[in-house]
Amino acid sequence: MCGIIGVIDRTRERMDGTGIRAALSEMNERGSGEGAGYAAYGAFPDFRDYYAIHIFFDNLHETKPRVEEELSKWGVIEYDEAIPTYEQASLRKVHIPWRFFFRPDPHLMPRSITPEDDVVMHLVMKVNTTIPGALVFASGKNVAVFKASGWPDEVADFYRIQDYKGYLWMGHNRYPTNTPGWWGGAHPFNLLNWSVVHNGEITSYGTNRRYIESYGYQCTMYTDTEVVAYLFDLLVRRHGLSIETAVKALAPPFWDEIDRMPEKEREIFRAIRLAYGSALMNGPFAIVVANEESMVGFTDRIKLRPLVYGVKGNRLYISSEEAAIRTMEPDVEEITMPKAGEPIIGRYVA
Amino acid sequence: MVNPVRIDAKGMHYTPLNRAIREAVASGATEIILDHVMGQRFIADGLRGEVTIAIHGVPGGDLGMFMSGPTCIVYGNCEHAPGNTMDAGQIIIHGNAGDAVAHSMRGGKIFVRDNIGYRGGIHMKQYLEKRPILIIGGSARAFLGEYMAGGLILVLGRDRGRPEIDRGIGSGIHGGMIVIRGGVNEENLGVGATMSELSREEIAGITPLIREFIGHFGLDSADFLNDRYFKVIPSSARPFASKYTWEV
Repeated sequence: MCGIIGVIDRTRERMDGTGIRAALSEMNERGSGEGAGYAAYGAFPDFRDYYAIHIFFDNLHETKPRVEEELSKWGVIEYDEAIPTYEQASLRKVHIPWRFFFRPDPHLMPRSITPEDDVVMHLVMKVNTTIPGALVFASGKNVAVFKASGWPDEVADFYRIQDYKGYLWMGHNRYPTNTPGWWGGAHPFNLLNWSVVHNGEITSYGTNRRYIESYGYQCTMYTDTEVVAYLFDLLVRRHGLSIETAVKALAPPFWDEIDRMPEKEREIFRAIRLAYGSALMNGPFAIVVANEESMVGFTDRIKLRPLVYGVKGNRLYISSEEAAIRTMEPDVEEITMPKAGEPIIGRYVA
Repeated sequence: MVNPVRIDAKGMHYTPLNRAIREAVASGATEIILDHVMGQRFIADGLRGEVTIAIHGVPGGDLGMFMSGPTCIVYGNCEHAPGNTMDAGQIIIHGNAGDAVAHSMRGGKIFVRDNIGYRGGIHMKQYLEKRPILIIGGSARAFLGEYMAGGLILVLGRDRGRPEIDRGIGSGIHGGMIVIRGGVNEENLGVGATMSELSREEIAGITPLIREFIGHFGLDSADFLNDRYFKVIPSSARPFASKYTWEV
């Protein structure tokens, strides 16, 4: 059991972190105080063209020089800083959160159609698998991620998320069940511009992990949600699928439903299921995924976890609970439950 | 003693809120009004007595769980599992409700004006005079009456004439009955479930319940009566007799 929430403003009007902190805290019953986190899109306007590489360091004297050496092989560190934190009574600072604003050299990935992204992805996997004591937990452009082991209000105050503004926010309140809670296991999970918050468990994790690792992704966070971020990166960025099709690959209709579809649709869905059988996610889940221009929420095919959405003006809200949405936006219009496996998408419009 | 007792639930955790409700009932209150409810779970859980609780806002999950006797009237939507294992009393919801409404309910009545989520009435049961009833004004999502062992679910399909329910209706049903206005497509029936039309006598049997539903929400009876109704019931006395064991 976990609590998730996301909001996107389709005109890119930015909000500070106060509202999502209150909304996530409303769902404290869904967490255990062992992990909470937030993501904010549009948080670094001064560095909007640089990849914001967020790292948890165990210490600075040994691991930070190794990370800097690795980054410098592949591009330029424009600026770096300790992520400002503020002491909280009951949150122990076991890692040192740091962020680098980084510009990769696209010429170093000559065969890629998205060379800068592939340089950064390579660096994330390299650091996380070869430099003990350093964990890259976010690597998007203009995307800030704040997470730690604690309750939602403690984590929010630890980073003072009210000091940041974003046009898209996500939040997650964790109740770890299968692996111990730790900072790297808190949500959101992020790779490049993808961020994921998830309630439930991916029982197909073993199959999904083997599939995704064959494309160069490495799972290092000891929890299932990580694969969702990598699957979206593979299916949408690298394979060019739309968000809608990617959701249909991960949570496809049942075969008997496909058999009853009109011929053209039936062929498409058969092709998706055959091509992406190993990407199909089983188990109970409600997930919100974002990138720089959209936010999508969906559940598993038999709806074993709660998810509702509501709209107010230019903003779409998706959450585990109606009360969380109403805490953030009391005047939200009708609250609706999406159908199992059906994506609910909010997009930025120019 | 003040009656009704009014409690402002704004920013209140459910533990002190439920304590205040119990104290009011213990002091003899027969009417309690809760204002600014926002996601508090477990309201009126295990509560006994002759009391009506009006809830303004959005109560959290498991409203009226194990409740035995009181009436909860919700002016708003409910989250998951209102009436979970409820024993007696009523829950009247002026809005929608989430998944697993009436989960394992064993007695009493639940009226939902609009729609409910997935697995409504999962594992409802009945014994002797205890027969739980769940009435849904609009539509229900998939797996309605899953593993149902007793009781009655009635789906009225308000505004549509016929409710929209996805797959798995009565999946694993081995007791009780799901009555659906206008019926559903055969392919949406779950494993072990079978559908047939209600006779005039059977319709006469559920008419008082439809009138009761209409009375709670001020609706027009002409919209619901004089229509065809269908029942989903177990396909045999023991539809899963040979699934886990076999008999010689």
